[in-house]
Amino acid sequence: MLADKDRIFTNLYGRHDWRLAGARARGDWDGTKEILDMGSDWIIDEMKRSGLRGRGGAGFPTGLKWSFMPKTESDRPHYLVVNADEGEPGTCKDRDMLRFDPHKLVEGCLIASFAMKAHACYIYIRGEFYQEASNLQVAIDEAYAAGLIGDNACGSGWKFDLYLHRGAGAYICGEETALIESLEGKKGQPRLKPPFPAGVGLYGCPTTVNNVESIAVAPTILRRGASWFAGIGRPNNTGTKVFCISGNVNKPCNVEDAMSIPLKELIEKHAGGVRGGWDNLLGIIPGGASVPVLPKSICDTVLMDFDSLRDVKSGLGTAAVMVMDKSVDIVAAISRLSSFYKHESCGQCTPCREGTGWLARVMKRMVKGEATLGEIDTLEQVTYQIEGHTICALGDAAAWPVQGLIRHFRPELERRIRDYRDAKVREGVAA
Amino acid sequence: MPKLTIDGIAVEVPPNTTILQAAESVGVEIPRFCYHDRLSIAGNCRMCLVDVEKSPKPVASCAMPVGEGMVVHTKSDRANKARNGVMEFLLINHPLDCPICDQGGECDLQDQAMAYGADRGRYHENKRAVKDKYMGPVVETVMTRCIHCTRCVRFATEVAGVPQLGATGRGEDMEITSYLEGALSSELSGNVVDLCPVGALTSKPYAFNARPWELRKTESIDVMDAVGTNVRLDARGRQVLRVLPRVNEDVNEEWLADKSRHAVDGLRYQRLDQPFVRKNGKLQPASWDEAFAAIVGKVRGMSGAKFAAIAGDTVDAEAMIALKDLGTALGSANFDCRQDGAALDPAVRASYIFNSTIAGIEQADVVLIVGANPRKEAPVLNARIRKRYLRGAFQAAVIGDAADLTYKYDHLGTNADLLSKIADGSHPFAAALKNAKKPMIILGMAALTRADGAAILAAAKTVADTCGLIKDGWNGFNVLHTAAARVGGLDAGFVPGQGGKDTRGILDAAGKGEIDVVYLLGADEIDTAKLGKAFVIYQGHHGDRGAHRADVILPGAAYTEKDGTYVNTEGRVQRALRAVFPPGDAREDWTILRALSEKLGKTLPYDTLAQVRARLAFVNPLFAGVDKAQPAEWKAFGAAGAISTTGFDYPVKNYYMTDPISRASRTMAQCTEEFVLAGSKKATGTHG
Repeated sequence: MLADKDRIFTNLYGRHDWRLAGARARGDWDGTKEILDMGSDWIIDEMKRSGLRGRGGAGFPTGLKWSFMPKTESDRPHYLVVNADEGEPGTCKDRDMLRFDPHKLVEGCLIASFAMKAHACYIYIRGEFYQEASNLQVAIDEAYAAGLIGDNACGSGWKFDLYLHRGAGAYICGEETALIESLEGKKGQPRLKPPFPAGVGLYGCPTTVNNVESIAVAPTILRRGASWFAGIGRPNNTGTKVFCISGNVNKPCNVEDAMSIPLKELIEKHAGGVRGGWDNLLGIIPGGASVPVLPKSICDTVLMDFDSLRDVKSGLGTAAVMVMDKSVDIVAAISRLSSFYKHESCGQCTPCREGTGWLARVMKRMVKGEATLGEIDTLEQVTYQIEGHTICALGDAAAWPVQGLIRHFRPELERRIRDYRDAKVREGVAA
Repeated sequence: MPKLTIDGIAVEVPPNTTILQAAESVGVEIPRFCYHDRLSIAGNCRMCLVDVEKSPKPVASCAMPVGEGMVVHTKSDRANKARNGVMEFLLINHPLDCPICDQGGECDLQDQAMAYGADRGRYHENKRAVKDKYMGPVVETVMTRCIHCTRCVRFATEVAGVPQLGATGRGEDMEITSYLEGALSSELSGNVVDLCPVGALTSKPYAFNARPWELRKTESIDVMDAVGTNVRLDARGRQVLRVLPRVNEDVNEEWLADKSRHAVDGLRYQRLDQPFVRKNGKLQPASWDEAFAAIVGKVRGMSGAKFAAIAGDTVDAEAMIALKDLGTALGSANFDCRQDGAALDPAVRASYIFNSTIAGIEQADVVLIVGANPRKEAPVLNARIRKRYLRGAFQAAVIGDAADLTYKYDHLGTNADLLSKIADGSHPFAAALKNAKKPMIILGMAALTRADGAAILAAAKTVADTCGLIKDGWNGFNVLHTAAARVGGLDAGFVPGQGGKDTRGILDAAGKGEIDVVYLLGADEIDTAKLGKAFVIYQGHHGDRGAHRADVILPGAAYTEKDGTYVNTEGRVQRALRAVFPPGDAREDWTILRALSEKLGKTLPYDTLAQVRARLAFVNPLFAGVDKAQPAEWKAFGAAGAISTTGFDYPVKNYYMTDPISRASRTMAQCTEEFVLAGSKKATGTHG
């Protein structure tokens, strides 16, 4: 378990003052100028050495991403865009950072922008996050007033402007290129890649899009050193991570702990265990709605990090742990997710637009068992027809929960279909 | 240049080529719906997925640039599987109503379903139904068939420059719409029908008229404006049912303006299908012999100076040369093909053509438009200017009315005299022209038909000479015509001979009784009230203004009904082909003149079309160079004079009705109602 001294988000529960004075008391904005003075190469190098992988879900190494930006500024300005459009079902980590620790993000924005030679940074915050946007705006205003950002950020001579933009409630706008489109005022639809945002991003200029958590942890990493961060967790899965534990646990919570903590330990230590005891566990979705569900047998031993979850054909995603005990109708749960993806597909590309509706409708019937056994195979094939054929990852995200269901709970699907059929036969006999 | 392998074929292509383009260059066809050469890349249909070695996922070949050493398989299992999957998805919500769909037989989805579709569906849920949208009088919509390729949206936004189409809603509820259910207010809107790969957008006037395999296809030339758009006339029986564009990179790329596409129904109404002779003040049906006899009775023995001929805007060069030869034989020098009295100098070809060519617009960096509204006068040419504008590093300026041209321009003012300020260098825009690499001036008919037209022409010549419009390999002096016949008439010499009168002179003289016989060859755009007591012979295809005033009517053929030569505004000689025969007793125009010449005892020396064309080529060798824009020598022209400071009076007031054919067209009437009269109609108070 992570020692208290190693925690980055020391006000995750909002017990302390979230404003500038409180943030300073917790160590934020301490020596920011000195960090900037080390130069952008040093910052990017430290980030690379820390082994921080993007906290938005895909787990791309953050330092490496920063290094893709052009080294020198041409006639096109550079931009940093912070993705605060936290909409992944089950995830609520950014939300608490934004409302209880906004200065970590503001400071991170300055450092990351400086490292990538961006004079402007946009934070795209989920529209529903009213309180969070309000607190963050206060933090930005405080930082401007204190000279921490602005024409001469922290006295470093670097001009830095930070803008907050509120979204309008589309899940797809959390996809980095759809977010850029939306920020530009267009319909939120993912762009084709290549070109990648580091080459052609916001307004056609070099842009990096990072998750809130990736940016918010950067100042602490740079203050305490890359080796400190790299020393937590396993190689390639380093550092601390905020987990969001929800569902059938005794004490649902957000908690910061070390990467690679065993899933069982995470739930037992921080969330008061599964309701009715570990043996009452049915399955866990370990990383937000987009990743396949894991049955209890895997949950017993799996570690919470990118690589070990990938090895069991799931993913860390946003580390939103959704726990389901044996009272849960797993088919209905996955069916609900399919409806979610049907509703949130942007409609731009064919497999996702048409496929998500198909999945959702068949899943709805599967809940009742109103299907044939052969349709389970069809359903699985449809998920593979969507996966990997779309512009963005929403198609994959829609396909994986259904794949996970069929992989681990196929007998349950078959039982329902048989029961439904038998009931129909009995009805017929009775009539 | 990156080298790659596509289906085992090694290919070397320029960098930034896409895989799909590279594959096309070696003859490997990749199926696609959303990709279109002339539109931006959307990459949303996912039909063009191919298998690239070392790539974890199939890639969209339309959007992926080639890379050195790439190994692409377009027919591997993985690629085929991906396409079959996409096709299945496209079809699950498609109504499969091909038997009642106008796109049937020429539908991309239908064709590709043959290659990639399954023989039965696995989707047993309800299909999506989408409410149809109103997109104006020429575009019919059946939105349930839409596959969301967004070609129409991209066309409207990029090429037409009217961002009135877009998508609303998300996921499977996404709908292509004109947002406010308004008509697509572009002169190029009909092209979305060609672009639509399925039957979602079809032609409204052509709805349920014919199947493509019933149609006889004739490659021809459009005459509704002076661009000379290359078209295909689709006819069944004796009717041309629709007009489609043909690809000609130098002229129209693959676009076609709405009037050119949809005015053809005008060929069915108001037609002159037999000769008429005016008896006791009323036009009476007559036989050819009676009509000719009436003419012979009037003309024979008359002094040639009392004979005059005016050619109209859609007349072929063959008819004009025949009429010129006949009139000359009668001893007349009074000819004019400039009904509007434009002050063009027939002696210097460079003074009346679009010298830099239409394709040359793409090289221009500064354009000065004087007295022209290219959007209304030549929509396809205007799309070229917009295309250049979108590429950037381009400046346009307008002297004239501040109309919406679909691109940004500096509005210098409405005062025509500004041109002389630019000519003498006192206007700041002169510097912009001088600093440009390839500057261009576009002079419209509104500038040249004024009383001071000759002075404007001279001022434009001065601008061209002093501001560097004439350079090695570049001539930026351009005249934008509105009449398809105009350049052909000037090239064929259908202009006043020695001591002859021009249109204004002819009308004046006819009014005073100095001219006795006026031969109107399809000329309807003159003020017929000025013809006075003259004996008027009208030869043409529609009962329009000219025919109403005529004393003898000789029924001719419309452009779809004869083999004709037209010269477009850039001086490109093009041949139209006959798609159907003229109705009733109507005949091809040059043959009518040939027959009349015999009756008048001045038999023209040609009996076949080939001989007429040989005569044309003899008169002006340019007519022998078909399909080529032939550069003209830059010589002195124009007569300097004072330019009045008034604004311009534009020739195209209602784009949808500019000639006898479009005035007779019901579709054009609907368009006029929708786009031109919409704002001016008064509600009666009982409209609800």
